[in-house]
Amino acid sequence: MRRFVNKWTILGVCLVIVALWAINVQDWHQLWVISSTPDNIPIVAMLALVPFFTWMGIRQAVANDRLIEQLEADPKLSKTHHRKVEPWRPGWAREIHVWPYLVRIEFLATVIVTVVLFIWSITLNAPLEEPANPNLTMNPSKAPWYFLGLQEMLVYFDPWIAGVVMPSLIMVGLMAFPYVDSNPLGNGYYTLRQRRFALWMFGAGFVQWIVLIVIGTFIRGPGWIWFWPGQTWDHNAVVFDKNIDLHDMVIASSMGSTLGLGFLGNEPYYGIYKFIFGLIVVTGFFIVGALFFHWLMTVDFKKMRMPRSLRPRELHSALFPKSEFEQKILQRTSLLQYLTFQFFAVSVLLALPVKLVLRLAFTIKYVWVTPWFNI
Amino acid sequence: MDTDPKDSKETKQLTTGEEDRKSLVTRVKEGTSALKDRAVDEAKEYKDPQETQLWKSIFRVSHDRSDPRNRSLAILSNVFLHLHPAKINRDAVRYPFTWGMGGITFYLFIVLTFTGVLLMFYYHPTKADAFRDILYLEHDVPFGKLLRNMHRWAAHLMVITTWLHMFRVVLTGSYKRPREFNWCVGVVLLVLTLLLSFTGYLLPDDQLGFWAVTVGTNMARATPMLGSEGPFGPQLGLTAYNDVRFGLLGGSIVDSNALLRSYIWHCIGIPLVASIFMAVHFWRIRKDGGISGPAPIVLESEMKAVKKK
Ligand code: HEM
Repeated sequence: MRRFVNKWTILGVCLVIVALWAINVQDWHQLWVISSTPDNIPIVAMLALVPFFTWMGIRQAVANDRLIEQLEADPKLSKTHHRKVEPWRPGWAREIHVWPYLVRIEFLATVIVTVVLFIWSITLNAPLEEPANPNLTMNPSKAPWYFLGLQEMLVYFDPWIAGVVMPSLIMVGLMAFPYVDSNPLGNGYYTLRQRRFALWMFGAGFVQWIVLIVIGTFIRGPGWIWFWPGQTWDHNAVVFDKNIDLHDMVIASSMGSTLGLGFLGNEPYYGIYKFIFGLIVVTGFFIVGALFFHWLMTVDFKKMRMPRSLRPRELHSALFPKSEFEQKILQRTSLLQYLTFQFFAVSVLLALPVKLVLRLAFTIKYVWVTPWFNI
Repeated sequence: MDTDPKDSKETKQLTTGEEDRKSLVTRVKEGTSALKDRAVDEAKEYKDPQETQLWKSIFRVSHDRSDPRNRSLAILSNVFLHLHPAKINRDAVRYPFTWGMGGITFYLFIVLTFTGVLLMFYYHPTKADAFRDILYLEHDVPFGKLLRNMHRWAAHLMVITTWLHMFRVVLTGSYKRPREFNWCVGVVLLVLTLLLSFTGYLLPDDQLGFWAVTVGTNMARATPMLGSEGPFGPQLGLTAYNDVRFGLLGGSIVDSNALLRSYIWHCIGIPLVASIFMAVHFWRIRKDGGISGPAPIVLESEMKAVKKK
């Protein structure tokens, strides 16, 4: 399996996907209209900038990781090495003057940014629509691109979650991150190897945010309806709301009727059964989610293998091999740090994609319905 | 009269009677050349502007390229540059480490302040004028269109560079001890940057801004316990006329009060708060020991044992 996964096969698969998509584009003009909207140009720019800087970071991380490997293997060298990939010779000063070595770079940067801004501003005009008119709804009415992640979240959650709770959780979660990351390594240098888990978590959040923005920009059309990139935006399209609540889905399913779960729909005491059902589902989600993150946090992917039998011990050692390094990090983690991390990880990093899939693929509206709020 | 020019010269000399006294022309000539020499000499001194009184009065020290003390003083005795330390880690100036993103973000903030102030000269935050002022800027004000475009695109760029800066900080693990707090300051700056953009979006008073802000503030209606349609909101007696959205908009719809409030937040409130946070951000970079790296790598085998208190 490993043999077939290399940069060429990955590139090939990507090309095939792009080609298949390009064949199916019905309306290049629509695509052009969306991506050439002046306010969307920054996203198009980001499509180039983000990969470039990711590459630049990863390249340095790989170089450092190689050095780390070398020094771990050779304790003698590690005593004498200056511990950087940047060149260094005995006798060189470890510090240099800010004037002029830093100031001149800053000056150059301001000149370049200024030139870029001038060119951009001369060639591209800021948008200006008709005067504001409360009686004429814009359709689709979109926020600026960097808020489209939030706006897209409105599809999956009620406004109080998407607009208030989630942004607050993201903010507080970001601020909490340095305090829950108990790994002391990789402070001040690029590395992938020493910070595997932290980088995975940040990466997951970053990718989700980008995906939501891309969906919001390139896919959502009039009526916030899903149009694949390349499909014409049909202003008369209507989508019937097929979404139903999880408990209704369970009641209607054959499993639900076999197990006699029809009573969930009864409404004594403001739907107490529904309430308890949802509470169980959400609690279950948190437990499974926390187990998932715990596994991700401790597993050594290199030692993972196909289980040879279904005996629990064999399953455990095949699928949950522990990484020694992560085990050490976990020991340094306080209970408070661990729980804080789990809370934010499950309720933001996991809940968002799970709800997205539930809504888009399984047309589930709410999993927990109460008289006060729905989730 | 037919006279020899040589004769006339002699005659002149004779008439003055003083053979060694130079003619006025010669004296002027000589004087000029002496003056010229002096000017050239002095100009040579000016060739090094750093030696001039004007320069020294402004910068207080000469920036002699070879003298380490002066190089340090160049930074330390300048109110803008003393944000920097005099010396830094030799590898920290390598572009691939910081990508210069924090600095570029700050520069964009300055560009936005500058273009923003110019825009303020032409803009009235009222329903009657706002949209027309934008048209006026675009069509009549000299370079008005360029000004507006620059403000707009610098704002977009600032959002991008703030994200990239944060991304770099993540990749280099620079949020770790002792920089945890500065990371938090950074998160606040990110939010403020986004809010600056959002409040600015309404100001042209066009359909784009109006509906974006309508959608945005409708979410505020759903704030738990603070919004009229949020969980526990109605139970607490909140209506569309006294909830948090009403407070943000200065009314129950996006109208003239909302325009004014946006304007004040956008031009005064948030920039002021953001400047303060930036000052703290930069101050903390220094206090936390400067840029985090490129630091010497630490090996797994050198990880110190957990401290049990
Ligand atoms: C208005 C936005 C911001 C401005 C103007 C700004 C400016 C800067 C500057 C000039 C630096 C020096 C190093 C460099 O250029 O990379 C820096 C460092 C730093 N920034 Fe920001 N920043 C902003 C937002 C943020 C955000 C959003 C975060 C993180 C959430 C952040 C976290 C940090 C940290 C932790 C450092 C120290 C990095 C190190 O020591 O390597 N900043 N910032």
